[in-house]
Amino acid sequence: MMTTKLSHTGPLSYGRLLLVLGCLYILTGITVFSSQVDLGAFNIWVILLIASIKASLVLLFFMHLKYEPPLLKRTFIATIFILAIFISFMFWDVAFRQAL
Amino acid sequence: MNHVSFFDEPHPHHTGVLSWLHTYDHKRIGLLYLFSILFWFFTAVAFGLTIRTELMSAGRTIMGAETYNALFTLHGVIMIFLFIIPAVPAILGNFIMPIQIGAKDVFFPRLNLLSWYLYVGGSLFAIASLFANGPPDTGWTFYVPFSTTTQTNVSLTVTAAFILGMSSMLTGINFITTVHRLRHREMGWMQIPLFTWTLYATAWVQLLATPILAMTLALILFERIFGAGLFDPYKGGDPLLYQHLFWIYSHPAVYIMILPGMGIISEIIPVFSRKSIFGYKTIVASSMAIAIVGSLVWAHHMFVSGMSDVAIFVFSLLTFLVAIPSAIKVFSWVSTMYKGSIVMAPPLFLALCFIYLFSTGGLTGLVLGAAGTDIHLHDTHFVVAHFHFTMFGGAAFAFFAGLHYWWPKIFGRMYNFSAAYLASGMLTLGFMVHYTLMFVLGMWGMPRRYYDYLPQFEAANFWAGIGAYVMVAGIVLMFINLFLSLKFGKQASGDPWGGTTLEWQTPSPPPLKNFIATPVIAHYPYDFRHIPPGQDADER
Amino acid sequence: MQMKDKFGIKLGMWLFLYTEIMLFGALFLLYAAYYKKYTANFAESAQELNLVFGTVNTVILITSSFTVAASITAIHNKARKLAIALLATSSTLGIIFLINKYFEWSHKIHAGIYLNSDILTNGPFGSNIFFSLYYLITGLHGLHVFIGIMLLIVCGIMVAQKRIVPGNYVFLENVGLYWHLVDLIWIFVFPLFYLVI
Repeated sequence: MMTTKLSHTGPLSYGRLLLVLGCLYILTGITVFSSQVDLGAFNIWVILLIASIKASLVLLFFMHLKYEPPLLKRTFIATIFILAIFISFMFWDVAFRQAL
Repeated sequence: MNHVSFFDEPHPHHTGVLSWLHTYDHKRIGLLYLFSILFWFFTAVAFGLTIRTELMSAGRTIMGAETYNALFTLHGVIMIFLFIIPAVPAILGNFIMPIQIGAKDVFFPRLNLLSWYLYVGGSLFAIASLFANGPPDTGWTFYVPFSTTTQTNVSLTVTAAFILGMSSMLTGINFITTVHRLRHREMGWMQIPLFTWTLYATAWVQLLATPILAMTLALILFERIFGAGLFDPYKGGDPLLYQHLFWIYSHPAVYIMILPGMGIISEIIPVFSRKSIFGYKTIVASSMAIAIVGSLVWAHHMFVSGMSDVAIFVFSLLTFLVAIPSAIKVFSWVSTMYKGSIVMAPPLFLALCFIYLFSTGGLTGLVLGAAGTDIHLHDTHFVVAHFHFTMFGGAAFAFFAGLHYWWPKIFGRMYNFSAAYLASGMLTLGFMVHYTLMFVLGMWGMPRRYYDYLPQFEAANFWAGIGAYVMVAGIVLMFINLFLSLKFGKQASGDPWGGTTLEWQTPSPPPLKNFIATPVIAHYPYDFRHIPPGQDADER
Repeated sequence: MQMKDKFGIKLGMWLFLYTEIMLFGALFLLYAAYYKKYTANFAESAQELNLVFGTVNTVILITSSFTVAASITAIHNKARKLAIALLATSSTLGIIFLINKYFEWSHKIHAGIYLNSDILTNGPFGSNIFFSLYYLITGLHGLHVFIGIMLLIVCGIMVAQKRIVPGNYVFLENVGLYWHLVDLIWIFVFPLFYLVI
């Protein structure tokens, strides 16, 4: 708690950052391509999954979250979790509406 | 006195009023909030009394229907956004919390001052809504489609609430960072006082839930300006989505209101029982559980809205779950008093009233949380009584108890006990008459937010109004007593009650940097074995 | 003189980011509900958005995230001029993003597709909701891009004035976090509006 260490690794090297950027470009290409293929109901989940991977790369490396103390990682997960609860619990209503 | 209190410590650049308006000191900021929040509290009390006076006789009594609608809307908006949500965190939290953890201030003092300015700014927008087309008549819940189409000043009021939300979010950021980074070196998580714990849990709710409200209010503005139809069935919108978004914030908001109050009660009960709190860890866990589970139950406000049966079932079930951690707290407080050495003083008296009133409020919440009974009671006066028992009898009473508990610390003066008992007694008695009758009226079928009612409801409304006047007289007397103490009250010592938490290890009022000597952190925050009862606790 | 608690300042910034996530989260909630209701219409409407513009904008923001992160590496490595250049690049990319957005919006507005327009209110419900959400979300996002650009320019100036230095660049890191958040939001906005078919 009070002795939380600052991240020992400083900012990432240019090389590492470029690597992450490259991955992000590739994933962007993949997701655009996937939208041209008809996967039916899976399409939305595929693009959301790829978006989540891209977001994770930005979070972990550009935003340095991988090297930050656990407090930041945990609170970030908690926030996403709460948002996920809000959206999914709303579906208890929206997904089960009865026709009048 | 051999120290300079923070009141007398000169500001580096300013004097007089400016030294207050430019302060970064959490203690002064807490008092700035006290001043502005009390102004709004009494305004909303006046509105409430006016509403109840109108209802004392059937038909028109003192006002027309449009005025009535505006008054109950404003009463709700002011009480909720300008009083109950900010009061305990911004006044008592700001003043006491840093001292309780052995810190000199909060982590972001300038943001703290900004929070107060945002509060004042938001309130000015609320005042502005009184002019031109008049205050909104939608109820504080701003349900669509009325809120997006009515000609009254909804836009100004939702902007006010938006700005107030920013104030709340900044306070949340400040308190979380403060608790994590500024605790005294020797104070681990399990040595944090329970008031601070509840402020911490509350800060997370303020942080994560308020933005949802901000967006919801922005959506009302958006729809009023552009009319795109996001909630308009004629354009493909779903009005229930508005209700979901609104209550996703506004239900956790009631936990923002009550949790810090519960923290106050957890501080008061042990001190006046001369006994350590029963189940410290359980209370900590229950505080976090209330914050988390309380974020899962919002649609219990929507049982009759037309949402799916599945949602009705799920949210009703979850609502029953959230009652459990609250009940755990009540059991802990009562168990603390059992075999304690009770010292009666106004803070304890108010805390005991809180326990009764809040428990009644909570139990009636279960009646509403059960979907079957809620069908009968939704939008009746039963609901009005329920939330006044919890928000007023609960949160506001806890605030009053906290004021009476920490008043000598903040101002260095002790108030008159007899007047405090009389005021609290009148308040409680009037409250019980006023709101218990509303439970009955609700069960008889009297709707809420209605300007008029059926003739058979008149007698109960009349006597409820009498109760209201007694109640308000009690409130007025309470604050007169508190304010008179500033001039005529006996000087208070650093520890008038014999408390164990760190704020009692410093003079009253505290010096600018909060402590003269480095505070001593006990291994357990509520260890009364070696603390003598306060010398002022027996004052009459 | 007390040493600055850099982690505390960083914690405060992350907490602020959480409020932004929840703010946009409310709009994603609306999107989710309406996507379920109007899946086919959403797909049709998405076809009417310009995929090239959307992809280019995505690449722009991702690249600008890289340049911002690199500017922090630069300042850490005492490469002041490089840091300023990278920040200038990031701001420029942000401005290009907004210019692209301007073109997209004006094209749609000229075609009669704007908030509460006749075409939208008389057309399928799903299309009205799709485009209403489109303007709302990209508008709010654009506002955040604008604020981010301002902050990046301020950072560039502060680096030039040596008010951000290798020993203390917390302010730059926090602005960087804000900018990355803007990128994160777009990472989800892009597929939800341009790629649903």
